[in-house]
Amino acid sequence: MPIDIDVICSRYKKGSREALLPLLQEIQEEAGYLSEEAVVAVGRYVGLPSSKVYGISTFYDHFRFMPKGRYHLQVCGGTTCHIEGAVSLLREIEKLLKIRDGQVTRDGMFSLQVVNCMGACSKAPIIAINGEFHTVLSAGDLALLFDVIRKRA
Amino acid sequence: MSDREFLISEILTAKAPDHGQAALKRLAEIRRERIKRPVIYVGTGSCGIVAGADKTLQATRNYLSEKNIDAETVEVGCIGLCSAEPLLDVQLPGKSRISFRNIDESLVEPVLDDIFNGIVPQDYVLGQFFNPLHQAYQGVDDIGQLPFFKHQHRIVLANCGKIDPQNIADYIARGGYQTYLKCLSNYTAEKVCDIIDESGLRGRGGGGYPTGRKWKTAHNTVSDQKYLVCNAAESDPGAFMDRAVIEGDPHALLEGIAIAAYAIGATKTYIYIMADYQQAIRHLRTAIAQMKEYGLLGYNIFKSGIDLQINVVVSPGAFVCGEETALINSIQGKRAMPMPKPPHPAVEGLFRKPTVINNVETLSNVTYILKNGPQAFNSIGTATSKGTKVFAVTGKSAVTGLIEVEMGTTLKNLVFKIAGGIKDEKQFKALQIGGPSGSCVPEQQLSLPVDYESLWEAGAIMGSGGIVVMDENTCMVDMVKFFMDFLQQESCGKCIPCREGTRRIHEILENITRRPPSETGHEVLERFKGIMQLEGLSEVIRDTSLCGLGQTAPNPLVSAMKWFRDEFEEHIFDRRCKAGVCKELRVFYIEVDKCTGCVACLRKCPTNAIVGQPRQPHFIIEDKCIGCGICYDVCKFVAITIK
Repeated sequence: MPIDIDVICSRYKKGSREALLPLLQEIQEEAGYLSEEAVVAVGRYVGLPSSKVYGISTFYDHFRFMPKGRYHLQVCGGTTCHIEGAVSLLREIEKLLKIRDGQVTRDGMFSLQVVNCMGACSKAPIIAINGEFHTVLSAGDLALLFDVIRKRA
Repeated sequence: MSDREFLISEILTAKAPDHGQAALKRLAEIRRERIKRPVIYVGTGSCGIVAGADKTLQATRNYLSEKNIDAETVEVGCIGLCSAEPLLDVQLPGKSRISFRNIDESLVEPVLDDIFNGIVPQDYVLGQFFNPLHQAYQGVDDIGQLPFFKHQHRIVLANCGKIDPQNIADYIARGGYQTYLKCLSNYTAEKVCDIIDESGLRGRGGGGYPTGRKWKTAHNTVSDQKYLVCNAAESDPGAFMDRAVIEGDPHALLEGIAIAAYAIGATKTYIYIMADYQQAIRHLRTAIAQMKEYGLLGYNIFKSGIDLQINVVVSPGAFVCGEETALINSIQGKRAMPMPKPPHPAVEGLFRKPTVINNVETLSNVTYILKNGPQAFNSIGTATSKGTKVFAVTGKSAVTGLIEVEMGTTLKNLVFKIAGGIKDEKQFKALQIGGPSGSCVPEQQLSLPVDYESLWEAGAIMGSGGIVVMDENTCMVDMVKFFMDFLQQESCGKCIPCREGTRRIHEILENITRRPPSETGHEVLERFKGIMQLEGLSEVIRDTSLCGLGQTAPNPLVSAMKWFRDEFEEHIFDRRCKAGVCKELRVFYIEVDKCTGCVACLRKCPTNAIVGQPRQPHFIIEDKCIGCGICYDVCKFVAITIK
């Protein structure tokens, strides 16, 4: 989805450093990720070298530099989910989809992200697919779920 | 007269708050104490949504439109009882509000059918809210008398889950914003600082610095512009107190912010909140817009000459933002890296102006103190720690959720009386208090009271309020490894002890939870060398790091080694994980009488560690086994067990 970076930029004060993070956040919200062009354009608008903009944006966990898959998987990495076995769930997903945290499958179907606590500790371990929550999943359920999604698409 | 006009003229700006019968009646109507049609409340906080509250809400609306029932549905925040989500409350005219637990979409119809026909579906009842205006249900417990609520003392969470968080009228009708306006008209800024100082309120973010003193420092610093920042960047994995407060009762926080801003003389305030908290951000923005509508924000508020602006800053997320100076850098569009103190932010902070940074929970206490006086707050708690503390109790406890207790309550009461002990009748092992940089507390220390000093003396910290309960099936080494992994990822990288040290600790722990390919030479030497250095390394990190993150980073390791040394030794010397969590240390064996000799495991074993003839029991050669667990997963006869 092409977005107009200049339009988003024009909502913020030119050359203001405080605008940097909100600006990047808004671009990511619209486009789903930060492209190289976006980083360069924002740098130019805020008055910072693009290397610095890239440095700051990689510092924070929130920014991503690859487009999301059609189905974006979020695995909770909170303490409770860890105790309840989120790690084996994550390994299972990695095995099934052949991607790791932060990557996208080759067909662009799935992307995987480990996130901070989603706050549903009583239902741990949980994963979210495009914002829809799934709880108490076994390895078998996962394979089935991915099959269903693949067929639906 | 609209609700807004009524509330502004009769409540907020009324000179003498002597309400006539009509006004009282109207207030009760706004509070939904007097209702003409049934009201159905659904708990749709983030935790509720995960449990399926949005589907419950949809099902409820469908039910009402299908049956042609004229009723109001209200979305409320989290009442704190996460394991009972989704919660559905029903209030019929003249009757008390009754609460049902674990109502998923399929249960909506039977439960609503029953209650509308005057039958109480006993299987799902949680309790009822007693109110003298209402007729109570027979044989239904008072919700406040449930063990979970009975031993709590709710100040910050008082309204969470009860009021409509997206409606300012509901808050004002319960006495909201009157305290703020009382401060503006009756108290000087110094007086407000004094009251807070006298109350003994201390920062709830972890450090426990006296809030009143912080405010006074900022108040006494001369500057043309001052700032107040509310720190809502709660990124401790497993803590969600601040989110619940913002989602469930945003105006309580906003009123606290308004009062704090007045006390220190700040006209611009920021709420720095995690980007993941989408619902909380939405509720905050709605609440701020409503404040503007009621004239509680902007210039010359209610002709007092005071200006106030509240901005929401969405944090791109980093654990280190809990450190004040790092947070300031982040708002200024820089990397969230801490800076050496002094100068303290209260003297020179955001944009080099005096800045007070307070936690959500701290600010949510402010209104209570000014409304009821410092003594009311002072009398709760222990000698040095006043008031209450909210904890997010998660993990293996029977009940998980938000618990607000008086300072001085013992951890034992917290876990066993309120959270109902350990689920599935397992044995309690330890609890982790204070998040990833907190400490573990074993059973023999459970009599510790919740109090900054007592916890500090015992080597633990209060932290922001996350408590993770662990049972016998949790491996302490694995737990520490998890926290160290988190900390080494979140270390900002500015100072070397924290950046390199946390990484090294994590590596050493990885080494001892891994089965080495060989037992000879360099590998073994490295392994033991690392272990010998763990304690020394922890000391160096603690003593030489720049900010709180580094200084507290070795806490989980040091405390776990103190109380569970045997478990570490078992991992190191015997290469055994009693809890069976450390995957690579697991040893599997086959129960002879259960094995049918189907050869499923034998075919799948990647190292040919399983031998046997078809239709004869197999067995595992321990030396060859790498503990991958594939045989365990493929066995259809549950013949494979972990030793």
